[in-house]
Amino acid sequence: MSADDLTPRQTEDVLHREVRAPSDESERGPGGERLQHAEAASKPIRADAPREPQPRGAKVRGNRPIDQAEAAERFLAAPLHQKAHDERLWDVRRKRDVAAHGIPEWEELRELASQIKTHTLTHLDHYLEQFEAAAKANGVHVHWAEDGAAHNRIVLDILKKHGAKSLVKSKSMLTEECGFRHFMAANDIAVIETDLGERIQQLDEEEPSHVVMPAVHKTRLDVAEVFARTLGTDPDNDDAHYLAESQRETTRPLILQADAGLTGCNFAIAETGTVVTCTNEGNADLSGNVPPLQIHSIGIEKLIPKVEHLGVFIRLLSRSALGSPITQYTSHFRGPRAGTEMHMVLVDNGRSERLAMEEFWTSLKCIRCGACMNTCPVYRRSGGLSYGATYSGPIGLIIDPTFNKRKYSTLPFSSTMNGSCTNVCPVKINIHEQIFAWRKVLAEEHRIPLLKQGMMKAAGAVLSRPAAYRAAIQTADSALRVLPRFAVYNPANTWGKKREMPHAPRQSFHAWYRQNRMKKETDA
Amino acid sequence: MSARDAILSRLRANRPAGDFPLPEVPAFAPLVGDDLVAEFTERLAKMGGRVEAAGGPADPFAPVRHRLNGAAVIASAVPELSGNRDLATVRKPGDLADVDVAVVRARFGVAETGSVLFTEGDLIVNSVAYLAQHLIVLLDPADLVVNIQAAYRRPEFGQAAYAVLHTGPSATADIEGVLIHGAQGVRSLTVLLLPRGVLPRGAQEA
Repeated sequence: MSADDLTPRQTEDVLHREVRAPSDESERGPGGERLQHAEAASKPIRADAPREPQPRGAKVRGNRPIDQAEAAERFLAAPLHQKAHDERLWDVRRKRDVAAHGIPEWEELRELASQIKTHTLTHLDHYLEQFEAAAKANGVHVHWAEDGAAHNRIVLDILKKHGAKSLVKSKSMLTEECGFRHFMAANDIAVIETDLGERIQQLDEEEPSHVVMPAVHKTRLDVAEVFARTLGTDPDNDDAHYLAESQRETTRPLILQADAGLTGCNFAIAETGTVVTCTNEGNADLSGNVPPLQIHSIGIEKLIPKVEHLGVFIRLLSRSALGSPITQYTSHFRGPRAGTEMHMVLVDNGRSERLAMEEFWTSLKCIRCGACMNTCPVYRRSGGLSYGATYSGPIGLIIDPTFNKRKYSTLPFSSTMNGSCTNVCPVKINIHEQIFAWRKVLAEEHRIPLLKQGMMKAAGAVLSRPAAYRAAIQTADSALRVLPRFAVYNPANTWGKKREMPHAPRQSFHAWYRQNRMKKETDA
Repeated sequence: MSARDAILSRLRANRPAGDFPLPEVPAFAPLVGDDLVAEFTERLAKMGGRVEAAGGPADPFAPVRHRLNGAAVIASAVPELSGNRDLATVRKPGDLADVDVAVVRARFGVAETGSVLFTEGDLIVNSVAYLAQHLIVLLDPADLVVNIQAAYRRPEFGQAAYAVLHTGPSATADIEGVLIHGAQGVRSLTVLLLPRGVLPRGAQEA
């Protein structure tokens, strides 16, 4: 299989001239050099006036299948947003490549990470028991939640016991999965997101569109509009520093007054009972260290056996996510502060069931870096909200149907099957193969007739690159049986409409990857 | 059945077939040269931090004196400098919100990433490292380890209630990729290379 059609030329600096910024506001280092750490763009990108309304996400109608193609159409109809989004994420993807090529043992690290995760997942009962015992020995209260509703109830109980009415939290995809904010709002608990991107999304009453950069689909003009409406900032001031500072100044009092703090978890270490968070803003540390009550929500698949394994995962995570060697803060929460309580909630929410799915259980290896999203041509051109699900992009296509097979039955078709997601995955999940396997499952379970509107709209259209598609599906009898129907009705064409054909590379992704890796190994 | 037992029994029942041993993690060759201070300095600078050599015996803090002089509230967790906010008597963590400059000592530094590590013992009050506007970090060059792998062999991670690696100041680029320091935490992080046990004359007398 090849990704010939999908990798813009490496040498080309700018994908879209329209979003090239004339000036630069980013921070600089001691020698005046432009800094590029955290999620900083390597060059200024700006979706400038005229003001273009922000395209909104997929229309969610209860349990009915999400029409991702329809939402993608609307994203494409907002060219400044679409181009800024594409430019920004492709830039992050390129930063990832540079960071990965800087480490001779990169491929070995990916293999180790994959094996450590696979081992842990197949011995998860043992490691969870070990984690629980260690945490309890550290003086931590450990809770178990079978699903998202149970997680929310457990946290509410803890808050009620302490008379807590407000909670500051750092970004956590698990709590998004659980519908945590909505549940707490209904129970009169004020929840305040402290990550800037997540706060923007909360104030705009939108879900995060990306696992690492929640507001990456918004331009500064959108943020200025949201902050003017919710924080009372100057609607005509779209300076990024002004906007970020306004958020800092308005959030800090809420952090200082909060009754409780909650963080998610990037890694949970079985041998020590430690929760590890990786952030750039330090907001997980504020959430964990300022309020008198501390809660950590942990997806059970986050377990790793030992501290030494962080030496593998920390090197992979931020490089894969943002092209940065490490996040600004790597925090290890192991025991309560003197005089306070620390609670850890271990959440299943479908993970133990997914373990039984022969073709899909390895998706549990995911460390939520977002590299597969940044590299995905469909994601970059349609925005994370078009998926109408907690997890978007390639990893979303294979995780979301495990939560709701009907609602997310269309998502596995939102792929061009180029395989780039699999190639950048730091824990070597065979994402594109699982996408295809889901198509088979959904076809065999007759979920396909449920697809309507969005797919029908694309009827009669041809895939923009049928060769790549054919190569991806050359095996599997049951697939071949249903192929003609997919090939005709595939909504992938929606994104092909605005694809930048001149960016077709001179060499295949694999050829390019080999060449670059070999060059790097020679350099080393 | 409790939620705990239900989850554990599902995990046992659903365990994928096959043998998946835990791999040995080899010790990778360091990616940095022998001059750990130079490597640390270069890498921290790329992450938005600064490194300064300590001043002379009269005033080891000379390179950061301008920052200290401009501060109304200084919280010091180190014997080398006395601030005007006593961390030992802080009632609640939020009380440190008015601190302009916090001075703390790193347990160790990591050359490969430009990171410094603190535990709750080093910070006295954890929140000071985030609520202060600026952070000054004392680091003994002898306390540099070569890479992240070496860092995770240190005992702090199995002993401390809280251990945190700082690699530069608080940062965000959530708005159109524009890099901004001081998103929620400190606006700047400056490492002063000062060996342990070198007290300035004034501090020694006191």
